[in-house]
Amino acid sequence: MRKTTIIESTGVLLDRNNVDTDQIIPARFLKTTSRDAFGKNLFCDWRYDADGSPNPDFVLNNRKGDILVAGANFGCGSSREHAAWALADYGFKAVVATSFADIFRNNALNNGLLPVQVPADFLMETVARMNANPDVKITINLEDRTICVAGAWCTHFAISNYKRECMMKGFDDIDWLASNSSEIEKYETNHE
Amino acid sequence: MGKTTFDKIWDSHVVKRIVDGPEVIYIDRHLVHEVTSPQAFTDLRKRGLKVRRPDRTFAVCDHNTPTHDQDKPIADPVSAEAVKVLYDNTQESGIKYFPLGDPANGIMHVVGPEQGIVLCGQTVVCGDSHTSTHGALGNIAFGIGTSEVEMVLASQCILQTKPKQARLEIDGKLGEGVCPKDVILYIISKLGTNGCTGHFVEYCGDVFRNMSMEGRMTVCNMSIEMGARGGLVAPDETTFEYIKGRDYAPRGAELERCIETWRGLRSDPDACYDAEFKFDAADIKPMVTYGTNPGMGMAADGTIPSSAVGCQPSDFKAALAYTGVKPGGKMLGRKVDYVFVGSCTNGRMEDFRLFASIVKGHRKSDDVTVWIVPGSKRVERAMEDEGISGTLREAGFEIRQPGCSACLAMNDDKIPAGKKCLSTSNRNFVGRQGTGSVTFLAGPAIAAATAINGYISLPKEIANVWNHEKDNNH
Repeated sequence: MRKTTIIESTGVLLDRNNVDTDQIIPARFLKTTSRDAFGKNLFCDWRYDADGSPNPDFVLNNRKGDILVAGANFGCGSSREHAAWALADYGFKAVVATSFADIFRNNALNNGLLPVQVPADFLMETVARMNANPDVKITINLEDRTICVAGAWCTHFAISNYKRECMMKGFDDIDWLASNSSEIEKYETNHE
Repeated sequence: MGKTTFDKIWDSHVVKRIVDGPEVIYIDRHLVHEVTSPQAFTDLRKRGLKVRRPDRTFAVCDHNTPTHDQDKPIADPVSAEAVKVLYDNTQESGIKYFPLGDPANGIMHVVGPEQGIVLCGQTVVCGDSHTSTHGALGNIAFGIGTSEVEMVLASQCILQTKPKQARLEIDGKLGEGVCPKDVILYIISKLGTNGCTGHFVEYCGDVFRNMSMEGRMTVCNMSIEMGARGGLVAPDETTFEYIKGRDYAPRGAELERCIETWRGLRSDPDACYDAEFKFDAADIKPMVTYGTNPGMGMAADGTIPSSAVGCQPSDFKAALAYTGVKPGGKMLGRKVDYVFVGSCTNGRMEDFRLFASIVKGHRKSDDVTVWIVPGSKRVERAMEDEGISGTLREAGFEIRQPGCSACLAMNDDKIPAGKKCLSTSNRNFVGRQGTGSVTFLAGPAIAAATAINGYISLPKEIANVWNHEKDNNH
């Protein structure tokens, strides 16, 4: 997993609530047995018209950036980790939203894609600033657990110490579990 | 302070607590299917790790698979490859696998309980959000991503932060014709699609106490649609009766010992919850959805509202533009092109019994395509044995073979663009059943009446329409 400490970029604004995983990556793309190259089909049905040409009104076709900014309940629906793979493969390093669906949040964290949950008033002001200046810089500092827009409009976000360390060092949960297998053995012995 | 059912199961499965981090939870049952597991097996191999407990792991193919000609090779090469990879992975690691056509094959969330693979008081995970279904038997069951599938294959454990808990009580008696699907669609319409995010729900009160095990599965199945991590009904005699005699369930004295333990899993009277919700059974009517998330539901005989819980006005407007309905309009009488009966939500015997009881003596409308898809081979056989399939065929219905089918547009059963489907599945997201298709969710009773009339109907409207048509013919 890639290491993350500071993410600094312009944002891509997807001003919608309840963005579900069927929109992030439709089920017809999930048949493959690999975890690569999902980025090209990210938000496929929004991004492309029926004839396959890019929809000029969809934000991904006219803005670039490492940080996706969306509304409440981002990633609701299916457990498909393909949604997190698609966002990461496309190039996003963080998603900012007022809330995340639980399974999506875990999937994102397990793929080095940082879910940044912010209060509603912070998001509203961020959206206003992005609308006023689409090139406004957003800075996410994982070490300090802060997000700042234009270096001035800032807030803290929550992430457990454990997960923060994992993301900063590029470790994942399986590395951790593999180094704690004796405790699992002990549990199994006591519960068989 | 007392403990909830959830606390009791969770606490007995904690292997270790990480300071300022998640807890290490031991997993009793890991269910695996072809869509969310191949990458996990590949990465496990890359790390040089093996499946730790193949004896606690069970696999089926269900998502990619066709619901016709299952005895022939799968025509779609990409789907065929995914199913073959699952076969290879399970053979290599010694995992019990129910392939296509096997007497125990079917949708994982139908197969798990009916085979007695999933019992009570267990931790159950699967790389599928509708794993919440298994909470019906009094389990902590939740969907996981592929990295977590790999984690459980490798260690039989998962790192999880303990969720908050919600208590959802419905007392009183359900009205005539109100089925479990209506209950859960009603709840989600009141709480919204993220009304329970971060929470695990315990369903309490008369309605769930008096509900059959299959009804509880329908309810728990859709817990995820209001954002809940999962949902459960505390175990009781209904649970124990259901488990008795299942192929993989313990028997005799061993079962009795288990039941004694399970009896202790009821929530203590002084247990605390982070959130409490209460509804009255008398307020629940047969439900149908009108929008593009499962929270956009209404009483089938009501009028379409002008807002929904947790839905911005712009999103609400876009949703209605997509489904082609207007606030103040009706859902009853609306023409549909397809009816789908099946899925891990409504693909069990009680669903088909109810459907058959309504269509018996009538004819399927010529204007609608109807897909009847048993949730498993076992359900398929029971439908034949009970004469349900015969009743359905007499009424002009064709019965397909088990699988996820039209729930998610991953196999051949896709709703074409521009077509509308009345579906007993769980999600009405944009394009969920096929690019450009529109989904209206409902229970098997409305599905039955709709299949006869060709437009969205309540069962009581079948006979009237019949007379009306006859009048017109004269």
